[in-house]
Amino acid sequence: MLLLQEAASAAVHAAGAAEFPPGKPWLGTEFHPVMPWLIVALPLLGFVLNGALSIIAARRALPKLPPVGDPSYDHHDDEPAVAHAAAPAHAYASVGAGDASEPSEQEGHDAGTAPHPVDAAHAHDVHDAHGHDDHAHDAHDDHAPAGPKPFTHLLPSFIAPGVMLAAFGVAVANFLRMKAAAPHAPWVHSYWDWMSVGDLHVGAALQLDQLSILMALVVTGVGALIHVFSVGYMKEDPGYPRYMAYLNLFCFFMLTLVLGASYPVMFVGWEGVGLCSYLLIGFWFKEKANADAGKKAFIVNRIGDFGFLVAMFLLFWNVGALDFVGVNEALEGSILPFAGPVITWIALFFFLGACGKSAQIPLYTWLPDAMAGPTPVSALIHAATMVTAGVYLVARSNVIFGLAPAAALVVAIVGALTALFAASIGLKQWDIKKVLAYSTVSQLGFMFAAVGMGAYASGIFHLMTHAFFKACLFLGSGAVIHAMHHALHSTHKPADAQDMRNMGGLRKYLPITFVTMAVSTLAIAGVPPFAGFFSKDEIVGAAWHGAAGGSPLSEFVFAGIPGSRWMLAIGVVLSIAAFMTAFYMGRMMLYTFFGANRTGDEERKHLHERDWTLKLPLIVLGLLAVVGGLVNVEENVPLVKSFNFFHQGEALHRWLDPVVEPGVRAAAEHARHIPPVDPEWWPIALAVAIGLGGLALAWVLLSRKPLGDAATEPAYQGGVEKALYNKWYVDEAYDAAVVKPVQGLSRGFARFDMGVLDWLVDMFGRLSQMFGVAFGRLQTGQLNTYAFVLVVGVLIVLGSFVAL
Amino acid sequence: MNDIPLSYSLALSAILFAIGVAGVVVRRNAIVLFMCVELMLNAVNLAFVALSPYAGVQGQVFVFFVIAVAAAEAAVGLAIMIAVFRHRESLDMKNFSLLRW
Repeated sequence: MLLLQEAASAAVHAAGAAEFPPGKPWLGTEFHPVMPWLIVALPLLGFVLNGALSIIAARRALPKLPPVGDPSYDHHDDEPAVAHAAAPAHAYASVGAGDASEPSEQEGHDAGTAPHPVDAAHAHDVHDAHGHDDHAHDAHDDHAPAGPKPFTHLLPSFIAPGVMLAAFGVAVANFLRMKAAAPHAPWVHSYWDWMSVGDLHVGAALQLDQLSILMALVVTGVGALIHVFSVGYMKEDPGYPRYMAYLNLFCFFMLTLVLGASYPVMFVGWEGVGLCSYLLIGFWFKEKANADAGKKAFIVNRIGDFGFLVAMFLLFWNVGALDFVGVNEALEGSILPFAGPVITWIALFFFLGACGKSAQIPLYTWLPDAMAGPTPVSALIHAATMVTAGVYLVARSNVIFGLAPAAALVVAIVGALTALFAASIGLKQWDIKKVLAYSTVSQLGFMFAAVGMGAYASGIFHLMTHAFFKACLFLGSGAVIHAMHHALHSTHKPADAQDMRNMGGLRKYLPITFVTMAVSTLAIAGVPPFAGFFSKDEIVGAAWHGAAGGSPLSEFVFAGIPGSRWMLAIGVVLSIAAFMTAFYMGRMMLYTFFGANRTGDEERKHLHERDWTLKLPLIVLGLLAVVGGLVNVEENVPLVKSFNFFHQGEALHRWLDPVVEPGVRAAAEHARHIPPVDPEWWPIALAVAIGLGGLALAWVLLSRKPLGDAATEPAYQGGVEKALYNKWYVDEAYDAAVVKPVQGLSRGFARFDMGVLDWLVDMFGRLSQMFGVAFGRLQTGQLNTYAFVLVVGVLIVLGSFVAL
Repeated sequence: MNDIPLSYSLALSAILFAIGVAGVVVRRNAIVLFMCVELMLNAVNLAFVALSPYAGVQGQVFVFFVIAVAAAEAAVGLAIMIAVFRHRESLDMKNFSLLRW
């Protein structure tokens, strides 16, 4: 929190005065990026190639149809069809009586899942069946495919991680150039004109600045590691090329999101990642629960996207610009009054969008269900990158939030509440991925608390370290599930591979997974000197700092209570949430890796780590979880700062300063006077005590009593545990408050539609019919009659002429 | 030639035309019907010719057209009737209601 003094008050004085003369953009040496479009284009290339492969694979999986116009098929229709259906002929020879070494999406998956032991567990599982991705391993070692893999399942292993590594390389090159040049203004380049309507001009433009390049580094770096992990995790899946295509497409959209130079371009990425999230959550869409989870994520995100859109409309209507540079310039020119209703609503609607994407109260319910997707997807999309897009949005819009202190406080309060709420649910989950899912929601709450309190760099810092350790934890859980699944599959034991009650003592069998996950657990619990300690401590420290009056928000009165009181409350709530975090992570590690093994005697023999592709990303991410925090170590800490990449203290803050400084300045300009607050050491001591205390409490409380496996151990005891286990019944409450009324309304409308509207339409039809029948009687078919009518008609006409 | 007043010729034409119309409306036999139609055509021809000294030579020219068309019509009409008779063994118009709804 030492740097908080600098970030808040000194941003105006020290940084502004000494290095950057106010009002005049300070320019370093000119920054020349190296083909930045490649960062975005490479994953798109991967998507195109893998997509083509997946189409080829799907076509091959179809039963062969007779060639058009083949005369031999005209005579005996039935025979050839039966023959082809029985033997779908292609190169990838499948052995083992219908086991899923078949790469065909259509038949292979069906055949593979039908006799699946874990599927049986789904049926009588006490808790909901979301988030069980056991299907990755349908084809396993015991039934390895005899023939060579077809190229459609071989090439994605090289294409997908390859394009990501290349994109990472380009990002690193750009990062190094930017570090050397230290530009103060963002680099913006419009590649083509996208929309030009009236006053609205939106170019397909990329923006490179300190924030976007950092996000690009995280997305491509962590993304590349997770792509490597996915190779090991998913390569036996019948839909492997499709999976890799989706994953590449996701990275393309995510990079569009972070590198886009305007809100509309960002929105393209925003929607695109939502689409890919939907596709990947429902990747195993043949099970209804998975498809439903995908739909839930998509629909809940729509609510947030509505907010994003309204915010964009308001912004364009009131400011007249949608690109980041233009918006910031206009707002710094005081186009909208400080803390006025318009800027507050813009900020709040942007925050609604962020709530949807980043799973904050009240829109967080989709994220735990999103665990239905493959575990690497959970690591990449639902922990490291996409769900942090909301934090990025707030940090990117720092000027807007700086001018709207009420909205900023709302962001901080919602973030803190989410952190506490989700952490409490995480205390009593048995599914290892559910624990991590609620942990992610909780950690995102920390980030929002940070950016809400104006500590943008701290929020981004936590975003980065969280990407490291949470991706590591998710991939570790993936490795655990992978091993558990193989072990359970070896004897077809109908047990849940993700339930921690079936694990225990795994550290002997999965040593690398254990070490990397343990390191990441220490990091997330906030034990020094691991990455999470520095970032989380900064966030909580920002709250203490604001409570002491050191933040521009401190004196702002919101809902009758001064900001410093709010921040004090946020600090307390975050501290409790941090304690819970340490506790549930300790509980997870204890139940998974310590104690006696509960998998089963026969199954235990099959518990071991497999592929190097599963281990390498874990090791790299584990290392990053250890050292990632050093990048922003405080100035006063001796020695350590010389080890980080920048060779200076608070390096990340200095790095991000050109981006977030306008927002901090906008907030500080309108504050009366921010008194200097002396740094104190007790918050750091408290943070260390919380981290270690939570882990220790978990150890002491939970290791006493030996645990039974899922069949014998009850899921909960007592009322509080039941409420926690059932996630505070929020899903049920939403169901009663939103889903049921909407369904009732739909039924009412359906009845009106079928009973009234359809009846009316039918009546018109029936009426015409009746008229037709009636007038049809006039047609006698007798020529004489017609002639008579004709003559009568002529006489009438003539008569009328005469009469007139 | 100027002995016969115009009104006589037109009256004859009108009577012939009325007989033709009455025949078409009343009679059932297709051939009689056909002859009535011819009667109406020739009533018109008579009117044309009677009026041509007053209205010019076009009326007489038009009569030739009408005669030519009537001849063609007679040929087609009689052919149809023969075809119908072969199927139905009858030329009663009462039976000719095949195309009714």
